[in-house]
Order: sequence, then structure tokens, then C-alpha cells
Amino acid sequence: MQNQTEYIVEVSDLKKTYEKVEAVKGVSFNVSKGELFGLIGPDGAGKTSIFRILTTLMFPSSGDVKLLNYDVVSEYKNIRTNIGYMPQRFSLYQDLSVEENLAFFARIFGTTIEENYDLIKDIYIQIEPFKDRLAGKLSGGMKQKLALCCALIHSPDVLVLDEPTTGVDAVSRKEFWEMLIRLKQKGITILVSTPYMDEANMCDRVALIQNGEIMSIDKPEAVIANFGRKLWAVKSNNIYQLIQDLRSIDFIDTVFPFGEYLHVTAKDLDLDLKDLKLRLKEKNHSEIEILEIEANIEDCFMELMTK
Amino acid sequence: MNDREKKENYMTKDTENIIVVKNLMKKFGSFVANDNLTFEVRKGEIFGFLGANGAGKTTAIKILSGLSFPTSGDVMVAGYDVYKERELVKKNIGYMSQKFSLYEDLTVRENIRFYGGIYGLSSKYIKEKTEDLLERLKMKDIQNSLISSLPLGWKQKIAFSVAIFHDPKIVFLDEPTGGVDPITRRDFWEMIYEASNAGITVFVTTHYMDEAEYCDRVSIMDKGRIEGMDTPGELKRQFDAQNMDEVFLKIAR
Repeated sequence: MQNQTEYIVEVSDLKKTYEKVEAVKGVSFNVSKGELFGLIGPDGAGKTSIFRILTTLMFPSSGDVKLLNYDVVSEYKNIRTNIGYMPQRFSLYQDLSVEENLAFFARIFGTTIEENYDLIKDIYIQIEPFKDRLAGKLSGGMKQKLALCCALIHSPDVLVLDEPTTGVDAVSRKEFWEMLIRLKQKGITILVSTPYMDEANMCDRVALIQNGEIMSIDKPEAVIANFGRKLWAVKSNNIYQLIQDLRSIDFIDTVFPFGEYLHVTAKDLDLDLKDLKLRLKEKNHSEIEILEIEANIEDCFMELMTK
Repeated sequence: MNDREKKENYMTKDTENIIVVKNLMKKFGSFVANDNLTFEVRKGEIFGFLGANGAGKTTAIKILSGLSFPTSGDVMVAGYDVYKERELVKKNIGYMSQKFSLYEDLTVRENIRFYGGIYGLSSKYIKEKTEDLLERLKMKDIQNSLISSLPLGWKQKIAFSVAIFHDPKIVFLDEPTGGVDPITRRDFWEMIYEASNAGITVFVTTHYMDEAEYCDRVSIMDKGRIEGMDTPGELKRQFDAQNMDEVFLKIAR
């Protein structure tokens, strides 16, 4: 096969089975050089299995997987020196200081902190005031920054980040994504997984994954354009009752809470708004608001899940 | 529930405070984890307890659930004093966390029986209520499956049901929906609404800002203090924000 673009990651019909459980059920995707690629899905979707196979920590059950043109089974040693990996669980040495951890990772990859300092500078200066503190004593946000520095210190071509923002508050999540965008601008190819659907918008392309299968793979705006049906945001004075009442209306299809509104689809292409408003009034709703809206990634994910 | 009942429920919601916290301080050495917290939670309310990592949420929840003493201040939970009546506090609350809530190597049914037993419910009552619960959760078929074999979303639904099995006055939910798929996450919130409608007060933390909108009232902590507390609508007006995400960023950044 001839590659028009340069693919950094090539995954073809990847399967992974643990005893009876099929965790990854024939997944295929490519990632181009310099791309920020997101694997979006809940716990148990297969994200970690895929990343562990890509980083050569585990063999696939079947399928072809290549990173930087090296095969993950027969040429795994060539891959390891060229990737940076941040596992989901904090995996640095808790009883070494910030600086010692960084120096350690630099040294096992045969480099020094000084050599690649430019790459980590933006991030490292934020934790440098605590460089003598033991890694185990850092706050969650600082641990995450140190882990990213350690994954970067050998200047890898590819960065693989497994759920770096899970359990992290909204502010730190935002800061973390800003760091990733800056790294991308330096030409590093980044693969990142997340259960937070709203983070899809920060990626160049995303794969929406559920139960070991990729449901959709595209640019975030293209995923949204493929939603393919009209969507309305509805609210009233009694949101809980509104969920039940909307579900009992024959021409309504799905009803999902979304912040202060409910997102609603119809069984037909369109919706008779007057009729709907009337029916809700009959059921004693007041302050009724109905507006047509554009779907977001989470709407798309749920639509694909119910298909 | 008919309208009259709902109205009564709403009325009691308005009057009776189930959690009363006054000038709560908690220090670890020189570090102030909870800095002069004062708030009330009404009966049946869904109260969102938000804040950045390290803002002091877990510390406060530990105090409210009788696991840790305040350094100073008054804290009444379900009508009991957290200094002197900790065991009564514990009996009247339920607790569910993201990390540990069920025994992986016990079956669904065994987990329910175990928790029922811990709270001193009779075998007969546990048996009846378990049938009812399995029916409602549509989990009859998997009642004898090990928890470890179930998807996370199911586990969290069972964990929540177990946490309110003894009909506590308040249930504390610590990031109950982290990592759960978007549909199950919404099913979960419908269970929360149901519990709240049945009069159980729900005290919940989350990192999903859209979930903050589902709460009756929300407090947002930063560096040990409560920096904002009101209905989501009022907070958005106060902070001139489109959504709760913006409110949160304005407070915690």
C-alpha cells in the first residue's frame, strides 16, 4: 500500500481478547504526522487496551499495528525509544523528587534535561519552584505536569496520553489542553484518550469508541455535521416532570438532559412546535422554551450508541 | 406522586434544613483545608458541591459524614451533632464514591445483602426490598453475577441503590459519574432526581459542569473557601456567564 500522507500510526483490524472478554473488536485507524488525535469514550470502551498495544506494553490478539513504520510485535524495541507515554495511573517514582524523576527519565533514554529543555520549559517552569519536593507529595495538577515532562524529556516523535484529564477539575483540564496545543505546534504527533466528550473539540480528528468498536472517526466538525437530524433544546418550570412527559408523547424519539435544557429528537424529520407546546401546557408546564439547536459531540455519541 | 404531594414535598424542602454548617474550620497543621464554611442544605434538595482539585471538598465531606472532626465550628447533619453523635450521623446518611463502593468479588445480590446487614435491617426486609430493587433496576437476570463482571455504568447504578437502601436522610455522592458513558450518566441523574423527589437529600460532587445545572443549588469552593453559592441560574447571572463551566472558570482560575 502506498501512503500519500505520512502516517505515524497505522492500525488495521486490531483485536484484543482477555480470556472471554473481547476488549477491542477489530479497530482500524491512521494518524498523520503532527496530528492531535483523540480517542473518545467511556471507561471499558477499549481505549487503554489500544494505547497499551500502541506503546508495545502488550501484544495484540490479531491485526496489524505500526508506529513510525515499525511493527509493534516484531520491532517493538525501535518504537520504545521514540514514543512518550503517560499512563492513566500516576507512574513516577513517588520517593524521588521532581528533579530526580526528570533526570532519571532523561538518563534512561540516553539524554539530559538540558538537551531537550526547550521542549518542556513552558510546563516545567510551573513546577520548578517545587523541584526538591518528593513526587508523591505533589498535588494532582502538579503530578500531571511532571508526568508530562517525563514523557517528553527524550523528545519523542509521538506522545501517547491515556486519560490525562480524568478526575481533573475544569480549570486544570483547560490548562492541560492548552499545553497539548502548544506541543502540537512543535510538531509532535499526539494521541490522547478521554471520557470527556467536550474535549473532542480540541482534537484535529477523533474516534468515538464504545464497547471495543469505533462508532465514528472524523474531524469533530464532520462528526457533528453527520448527526443527520434536527435537535431541539426544551425547558419548562419542572424539568424532571418534563422528561417523563416528553417521553410519553408519541412523536418524540429521544429525550436527554443537557445542563438546564433537555435535548430532544423527533421520530419524524420535523416537529410541530405549536402542537408540542400545546401538549406540554395541557400537562401543566409553564415557562416553556423550545429552540432548534446544533448537535454537539455528546449528542452525536449518544445517537451513535442508540443506533 | 401527584401534584399535591409534590407541593408538600417542595414545601418541606423549603423549610427544613437537613445540614447546617456554621463557621466550619479544618486545619492540618498550618494548612487550612476548610476556611470558615457556612451553609445550609434543605431536605430533599440536590446540592452540588463543586470545586477545583485540592479545594477542600473531600475534607468537608469527611466531616459531614462523621469520619473526621472539625477543628472548630458547628456542624449538624440530619439533626445530629458531628462532634458528639457521630454514630447517629453515620446511621442516617448514605455514601457512594467513584473509587470504592461495591465488593468486586461478591455478586449483585450479595452486595445488597451485605450493606443491608451492616445497617441492621432485618433479613425479611432485605429480601423483600432486594426483589423490588432488582426489578426496578431491570437486573434480575444478573443478580448472581459478580460485580467485577459488570460494566462501570451498571456498577454505579447498583452502588447508588445500595447507598440509599437503608432510606438515609442524606446521600453523599463523590464524583459518581466519572468515566461513565453519556447515556448511563443521564440515567444515573434520573435516579438522583427520583431519590430527591422521594425526600432524600442529595449532596453531590462532580467535574462535569453540565451536571451542575441539574442541581437545585450549587456551591463552588476554591482554596478552602466557598466563593459562590446559589441556584445555577442565579450564579450565571451573578458571574455574567453563559453556563456553569464559565462560572467555575471565573471562580477557580
